Amino acid sequence: MPSITIKLNGKAVSGEVEGRTLLVEFIRDHRGLTGTHVGCDTSQCGACVVHVNGKAVKSCTTLAAACDGAEVTTVEGLAKGTELHPMQAAFKEHHGLQCGFCTPGMIMAAIDIVKRNGKNVSEEVIRRELSGNICRCTGYHNIVKAVQAGAQNM
Amino acid sequence: MSQSATGVGASVRRKEDLRFITGKGQYTDDINLKDQAYAYFLRSPHAHAKIKSINTAKAAKMPGVAGIFTGQDIADSKLGGLICGWMIHSKDGSAMKAGPHPVLAQGKVRYVGDHVAVIIADTKEQAKAAAAAVQVSYEDLPHVVDASKAMKSKAQIHDVAPDNRVFNWGLGNEESTAAAFKNAAHVTTLNIVNNRLIPNAMEPRAAIGAYDSGTEGYTLYTTSQNPHVARLVISAFHGLAPEHKLRVIAPDVGGGFGSKIFIYAEEVVCVWASKHVGRPVKWTAERTESFLSDAHGRDHHTKAELAVDANGKITGLRVHTIASMGAYLSTFASCVPTYLYATLLSGQYNIPNVYAEVDAVYTNTSPVDAYRGAGRPEATYVVERLVETAARELKLDPAEFRRKNFVTQFPHQTPVIMTYDAGDYGAALDKALQINDYKNFAARKAESAKHGKLRGIGFSAYIEACGIAPSAAVGSLGAGVGLWESAEVRVNPVGSVEILTGSHSHGQGHETTFAQLVSEKLGVDINNVSIVHGDTDKVQFGMGTYGSRSGAVGMHALSKALDRVEAKAKKVAAHCMEASENDIEFKNGTFTVKGTDKKMAFGEVALQAYIAHKPGFEPGLKESAFHDPANFVFPAGVHICEVEVDPETGHTEVAAYTCVDDFGNLINPMIVEGQVQGGIAQGIGQALLEGCSYDDDSGQLLTGSYMDYAMPRARNMPAVENFKLGFTCTPCPTNPMGMKGCGEAGAIGSPPAVINAITNAIGVREIAMPATPLTVWQAMQASGAKKAAE
Repeated sequence: MPSITIKLNGKAVSGEVEGRTLLVEFIRDHRGLTGTHVGCDTSQCGACVVHVNGKAVKSCTTLAAACDGAEVTTVEGLAKGTELHPMQAAFKEHHGLQCGFCTPGMIMAAIDIVKRNGKNVSEEVIRRELSGNICRCTGYHNIVKAVQAGAQNM
Repeated sequence: MSQSATGVGASVRRKEDLRFITGKGQYTDDINLKDQAYAYFLRSPHAHAKIKSINTAKAAKMPGVAGIFTGQDIADSKLGGLICGWMIHSKDGSAMKAGPHPVLAQGKVRYVGDHVAVIIADTKEQAKAAAAAVQVSYEDLPHVVDASKAMKSKAQIHDVAPDNRVFNWGLGNEESTAAAFKNAAHVTTLNIVNNRLIPNAMEPRAAIGAYDSGTEGYTLYTTSQNPHVARLVISAFHGLAPEHKLRVIAPDVGGGFGSKIFIYAEEVVCVWASKHVGRPVKWTAERTESFLSDAHGRDHHTKAELAVDANGKITGLRVHTIASMGAYLSTFASCVPTYLYATLLSGQYNIPNVYAEVDAVYTNTSPVDAYRGAGRPEATYVVERLVETAARELKLDPAEFRRKNFVTQFPHQTPVIMTYDAGDYGAALDKALQINDYKNFAARKAESAKHGKLRGIGFSAYIEACGIAPSAAVGSLGAGVGLWESAEVRVNPVGSVEILTGSHSHGQGHETTFAQLVSEKLGVDINNVSIVHGDTDKVQFGMGTYGSRSGAVGMHALSKALDRVEAKAKKVAAHCMEASENDIEFKNGTFTVKGTDKKMAFGEVALQAYIAHKPGFEPGLKESAFHDPANFVFPAGVHICEVEVDPETGHTEVAAYTCVDDFGNLINPMIVEGQVQGGIAQGIGQALLEGCSYDDDSGQLLTGSYMDYAMPRARNMPAVENFKLGFTCTPCPTNPMGMKGCGEAGAIGSPPAVINAITNAIGVREIAMPATPLTVWQAMQASGAKKAAE
């Protein structure tokens, strides 16, 4: 089994993985970070979105072995101590979550959207770029508002 | 209503959010027990087949396999089958025909996805690999997946129901309704299919069963909306363990929408198997398993008729509905197309004659049960499509035709059981028309036309009955359980408060709203209140969350328990301040003695209640209450949808959406609005995107992944500035908060508003849901609407 080393939320971690081990399995099962969720297994729902080398990636369709040497950030790695990331704070302030299951993936995707499109990202762009993240609770209304507000504070 | 920042009526930011936005939520799949094994369910690839043989010998020798079990093992251990807890009697008096529903198939499979065997191994991958080595020999049987064909099909799904009919049920006065139609000046008839939906909570179902040989007890972690009901059923009907030896924990649950009310085969098998393999057994659904085996929703085929007299007054409404139950009767399946459907067919209108006849049928599909709204969206769709169509046929303004027929006197007894307690339907309509700017619709339509788009407007004036439900009433209608709720208030010695509630939050925000009620009533800071739910070892028996009941029923129980805490605390305060109990007043968290400057804070009284250094009262400060509601509650409101249809492609955009609801008093408007927005997204999904499809020929589920089943995405919803909510308020008279339920209303009211808007835009009478671009384009070609637009 290949051994991999990943900088996970700023800390180097190593582990042996099978060739077929998915990044989300490495994060959840090997490292016990259960904030990253699996809502489908076909790369559609986005509950598993993490950042690999700063870019949003669906960890349910990424092989762990392919991330050897990469920097991976999960939702657990966003806050600085008790200080929330502006996007996390915006989701709370704007009621951008209900059951919370899609939320980690939404927040990770939202940060990536803002990084690529800037602080003043339009509602239209946010809606289009969230196509790969499904929420069944909120109707997206407050998620869109949260992303716009979070963008202003990033 | 208080003016306090955290009391009733304030949009308090949610207490539960911190763990969800930081990845610290604990959902069932996040829990791992020492030495746990993994279950994989081998499912039927056939819609209907005899199981001739199952050979597990090769699979049993595969690496890591801890056990393989089939229906024979379930029969040998006399494990009871899954039940349907609501008895319906047919018009002829006979009981509904409930076929057996074993947790692993015995002799025959009845739908694609039916459970054939469970394979338990050290890892998920090993269990899955071994499942591929189980050899099952099937003999295909005729099948039927279309409910409208079930009663005439060659397929015979259950021996007890030779024509696949579970029951033939009726409600209302058939003769008087027939007379109303005979005397009508105008009759509107529609053939309506309420499309079958797959709930798709984002968290897939999961379960961990664990047997402890030391205590001879079981623990089940499960994705449940009602853990006590799960414990009761698994104990009393499956016979696995007495209730005190079975602990059911429903931790954070990632959405339910009804689909997690029911008791499913997988959770029962995981608990049962944990004793057989001597290890905890964990199962988490893959998304395709959710599509295949979660209970689906809707699937009604209805002939609907509306009778109107020469003055434009509705005089009668009649439906004949065929409702699919799927291959087995799920936990509450039978009440959905009956008492949760036909009882709402009077809508917001004064209709003297209503008659409903319902044939519930078995089909070779996943079981069908309650999905957000459960029966009430189907009723609302029938009523609001009929009313809108009748108004157009009579050349009346659809808003004014509705207004003319609104119920205006309360209480109002409908011809179909319900007594509406309070409402002002005209006020909601006025407010919706004003927010929508109805009078300028023609200008907006002209503006859309300039861009080559066909703009349409559609109304829906919904009413629903929730706050489910008065126990005696539902008992008389066939429910196997009472539908009250419980709450316990534990005041700690330093004055912080723990609430233990039988309600269960899976997105509704109870940790915030329940704390707001405590803050309002006891004057305690909401940060000093914690809400405990979802664990049968901690919380006294409770009925759980569905049917928009946690506010009106669950919080009513809490309110009662809080009143008892206040009464007990007054005794303690009187004793400590050497005053008469009658002279103690309690306001904003402080006890005072009338006419004096003596006072004690709530926390001081709590401390005195526990240290009990002054004899004369029973120590402690903890009270509980059970509450059985006196009536359903009746949220009602008006939805107005405006769509733009592209005549070239048939693509429909929701251009503007207005919704005005009367939920009585609101505890937390932010949370209520979130519930409405989410419900409307599901309704727009039903109207435009979602449709579960089984192939007639093969019986295979064609929509088994997110690539085939169109979920609403962010871009399918109206823009923020065009999505407007409003509220009116007639307080509910049957609970002290004056609340009505808000969880399902959005999904109930919205589908007819969207379809009424599309039919208005393209000038057709009927269109099927989901109104996909293809469906809309074809309808335009057939009607010549495209030509007219050019």
